[in-house]
Amino acid sequence: MKNEWPLWEIFIRGQHGLAHRHVGSLHAPDAEMAIKNARDVYTRRNEGVSIWVVEARHIAATAPGDKGPLFEPSESKVYRHPTFFDIPDDVGHM
Amino acid sequence: MYAQMIKTANSGVKPREEMSDQERAFQDKIDADIKIEPRDWMPDDYRRTLIRQIGQHAHSEVVGQLPEGNWITRAPTLERKMILLAKVQDEAGHGLYLYSAAETLGESRDELVRLLHEGRMKYSSIFNYPTLNWADIGAVGWLVDGAAIVNQVALQRTSYGPYSRAMVRICKEESFHARQGYHAMMKMAFGSPAQKKMAQDALNRLWFPSIMMFGPSDSESTHSEQSMAWKIKVKSNDELRQQYIDQTVPQIEYLGLDLPDPGLKWNAERGHYDFSEPDWSELFDVIKGNGPCNTDRMNARVKAWDDGQWVRDGLMAHARKKAARQHAAE
Repeated sequence: MKNEWPLWEIFIRGQHGLAHRHVGSLHAPDAEMAIKNARDVYTRRNEGVSIWVVEARHIAATAPGDKGPLFEPSESKVYRHPTFFDIPDDVGHM
Repeated sequence: MYAQMIKTANSGVKPREEMSDQERAFQDKIDADIKIEPRDWMPDDYRRTLIRQIGQHAHSEVVGQLPEGNWITRAPTLERKMILLAKVQDEAGHGLYLYSAAETLGESRDELVRLLHEGRMKYSSIFNYPTLNWADIGAVGWLVDGAAIVNQVALQRTSYGPYSRAMVRICKEESFHARQGYHAMMKMAFGSPAQKKMAQDALNRLWFPSIMMFGPSDSESTHSEQSMAWKIKVKSNDELRQQYIDQTVPQIEYLGLDLPDPGLKWNAERGHYDFSEPDWSELFDVIKGNGPCNTDRMNARVKAWDDGQWVRDGLMAHARKKAARQHAAE
């Protein structure tokens, strides 16, 4: 059996951060050790208040080749950015 | 430079007419300064060169813990000892970031470590020099980390995204180390005559090895052309070396130490310091494995790996047992 420690991706929410951000990865035998090591490596200088670890094999990602079909069409959908409606001054702030 | 003498897998730069459509699209991205990411297509040689360079860089961080670790138990004050401990811990973290970056290219960390232990991958030449007195630890922080910063700041703009991001993180911590090292040197240089003598001795021994960290001069470094075209490397060895020397000489003068090279002279015409050529045969010798500490360094790494085998296996067996128990309970 292959005894290489699996790879974990590390996400940290900063002191004033609203969301967890991906900061890097590390090898560890299990989640508990992954958290311990992430604490030592990635939060040594007050970088965070919360850590998520996820084994890398559980992450699915979009393919670079899908960039066009997935994301480009939204550029033509101006109605998703409805910043151009004039509201009469009389109505006040909306 | 932590990664030196990286041979690109091919020879010379491929002319545009000979490129496939894929290669041309890749080169266009590089030329437009668009970062290459793990899942993007890349030429095999680009991938191989990067695995070699980032892997070697990671190995250097790990092996680099040994010369400084040598003085942890003998640090002269508790404050210096804590600083040194924190620094060595940072280096372990840098190794970790870099191995992670190398792994995004499809090579496993254990495999890279195996190649290092078998002598099939290298690490920076500088870590094959011994640390003989306490001032060496200050000099390593100041000169070696100083040289590493010059190289790594340039690498923040390297074309491979994960490598460039690792450099951003590392540079921040590396600059603490250089300052800490310089501060330790100041204490020695402004201390008793015996302390000043130690500082001078450390500078004299580490100066040439530190300027050799940037690799051979550009005229000798035939392998860097393709790395430059791919923007893996953004500045040449000689450019980086000159930059390091220009910024370091005033720091030596401030310490009141003698310049470690009689050839170091300000050249007003060039706007740079002139310096003597280092003994390149020494660099090639060290890289080949014949430096003062090559054997010791590798023995220490291999011993740690072999002696730790049962611990790694035990942790893995425990993790599997725990996972199985949890699975059964669900």
